Amino acid sequence: MKRRSFIAGTAAVGGAGCGRGEGPAPGYRVLTENEIRTLDAWCEALIPADDAPGASWAKVPRYIDIQLTRKFRRLLPRYREALAAMERWLAAAGVEGMAARLELMEQGKAPRELFADGGKDAFEMVLAHTLQGFYGSPRHGGNRDYVSWVLLGVAPVPVRGREQAETGKN
Amino acid sequence: MRLPEVDAVIIGAGAAGPIVAKELAFAGWRTVLLERGEWNTAADCRKDDLRNQRTSILGHPFGPEDEGNPRVVVERDGRLRVVEPSAGGYHNNAACVGGGTLSYGAMAWRFHPHDFRMRTEYGTKVPAAFADSTLEDWPIGYDDLEPYYEQAEWEIGVSGDDSTNPFRGERKRALPMPPLPPTREHEILWRGALRAGLHPFHIPMLRNSVPYGGRPGCMRCRWCVGFACEVDAKCGTQNTVLPRALGTGNLTLRTGCQAQEVTMGPGGTATGVRYFDANGERQEQPARVVVVSASAIESARLLLNSKSNLFPRGLGNRHDWVGRNLQGHTYTGAYGLFADDVYDDLGPGASVAICDYNHGNAGMAGGAMLANEFIRLPIQAAGIRPPGVPRWGKGHKDYFRTNYRRLVAVQGPTQEAPTFGMRVEVDAEVKDKFGIPVARLSGLKHPHTIEVGNLMAEKAEGWLRASGAETTWKKGAGQGISGGQHQAGTCRMGRDAKTSVVDENLRIHETENVYVVDGSVHVTNGGFNPVLTIMALAFRAGRHIAGAHRVRG
Repeated sequence: MKRRSFIAGTAAVGGAGCGRGEGPAPGYRVLTENEIRTLDAWCEALIPADDAPGASWAKVPRYIDIQLTRKFRRLLPRYREALAAMERWLAAAGVEGMAARLELMEQGKAPRELFADGGKDAFEMVLAHTLQGFYGSPRHGGNRDYVSWVLLGVAPVPVRGREQAETGKN
Repeated sequence: MRLPEVDAVIIGAGAAGPIVAKELAFAGWRTVLLERGEWNTAADCRKDDLRNQRTSILGHPFGPEDEGNPRVVVERDGRLRVVEPSAGGYHNNAACVGGGTLSYGAMAWRFHPHDFRMRTEYGTKVPAAFADSTLEDWPIGYDDLEPYYEQAEWEIGVSGDDSTNPFRGERKRALPMPPLPPTREHEILWRGALRAGLHPFHIPMLRNSVPYGGRPGCMRCRWCVGFACEVDAKCGTQNTVLPRALGTGNLTLRTGCQAQEVTMGPGGTATGVRYFDANGERQEQPARVVVVSASAIESARLLLNSKSNLFPRGLGNRHDWVGRNLQGHTYTGAYGLFADDVYDDLGPGASVAICDYNHGNAGMAGGAMLANEFIRLPIQAAGIRPPGVPRWGKGHKDYFRTNYRRLVAVQGPTQEAPTFGMRVEVDAEVKDKFGIPVARLSGLKHPHTIEVGNLMAEKAEGWLRASGAETTWKKGAGQGISGGQHQAGTCRMGRDAKTSVVDENLRIHETENVYVVDGSVHVTNGGFNPVLTIMALAFRAGRHIAGAHRVRG
């Protein structure tokens, strides 16, 4: 064999955009205030509040922020890049334009100068993590108060003596 | 360092190793069992839906660790990709005492008698399945394994009731435990099956439905497949045969030990095993008999890494069969939405099955058992939706909140036509944390397997419709190799040393004292979860080894 490409799970792409020199937002581990604001609107567009809370209230960005220091740490540069691109894209329209932009990204039709592949990669990455943060165990930082489980009608069953393992610390 | 010689060393404390260990220890053999993972227990049940052996988004608790245990995957375009254990494509099972049996769903299937003689049944009827495949008969049949199936069912513990399954092989003794009481979903599917002229029955499960073996019955929680059982009601090797074997005083279990190679003398006689212990130090364990039970991918890797004068291309690999024929199952099925809630929050979920389509499908070699699926936690169900329903936004949320409790899934493990190209090799460059070359996986499914799998999806959809589902949709077959928790086939059992790796007693051809005992030896993998067959083969091999080799007085 001549050539081999090592892609350990997900290759880190260089070029962290915004965030350099800024500290993490209060209460977060790595993402800055600007980044959290954009991510929060992004996640909320993916799972919006109606009569029941959406991704923002459920603290999905907190789940993603925590994992970006742990299991997803190699994805941090990609997140930074995607959030910076989204921020630029939204500059004129504001967060109200988020859902329409996500529809374009899902089809790979976002401006190429912002997303080299038309946005599909970033869209899929954030969607997967948003579903995890909304429907997964609260111990990882999202799904506050099991809000999605209550929504689905499968309230968490407390197991005597195991509350700590069930909920962890938020 | 070189340790004192023992009668037998067994590599791998998964579904098979502890059974062989128990048979040998009870026969008075001084036996060492090496396991690369740790001994986890019910207390390690964390009920973490993002971090378990089935959904390993944030890793998995029962090994192997993500760091230092890579594999290489050959993509369809020929590119090589290095993957960590919790990533897709790695085909992980587990690395801990009990192996997959600590956290499995625990279906306890006997293979169908036809599963042992696929060439005899289909060789002339379905030639398409044999073109470019290695589909073949086993050298042993159902009747040879029947007593050992029974032994596994009683010694490890199986609940269920397959008396209404007319397609099963002859059973001499009933299962030791009754099935769990039915769920709402079970009753709906049972009635639907009868309406469609099918033959439903209670799935045999390696799970206590009542107290058995000193452990309690299932408490019916949501957290089953992928998790250790909180009340220890699942029956694995780690809470049954292994403690009994240790109780003899003849068995030593060493955890955290990674085997490097089986060491060979000048001819076909193995001298022992070289391994890295829990402190990362090299050890050599001399033994009169060596048993490799590391599961299909790791057993093949170990043999390929064990080179000697007689076997310069790896132990048992003189004819290039080690690592070939890797197969798991092609899972296909269907989903159905019902008008009302069918979810009653009673685990483990899977409970009702049919074997109407395992064999006898026109133009098809084999088929699959079909069963309802284990309880799907919200994160596991979040991606399941009929065509046309959005994946996100208000449309997703509305759909999911309305239908989560109305969803039923029926699926089955289609028996695959093995091929030479679906294989395990060792990589020339990538090594694990000890410097041992790692497994490299490659190949594509046989086209006939995909046809059978897609037919099974149609059958599953038919069952759901007959049961009253209002909306149904299919999950068809993928192209890539399977393996994972059902991995098998890489050290085929056969009579001819030129076309197989082990003989019918599971001894590697041309060796005096090396055995492979795990799913590796399966010629074909049946249309069923394979663990009970692995266990039955282990009881049979253990008894054979204890009789075939003399222990020093």
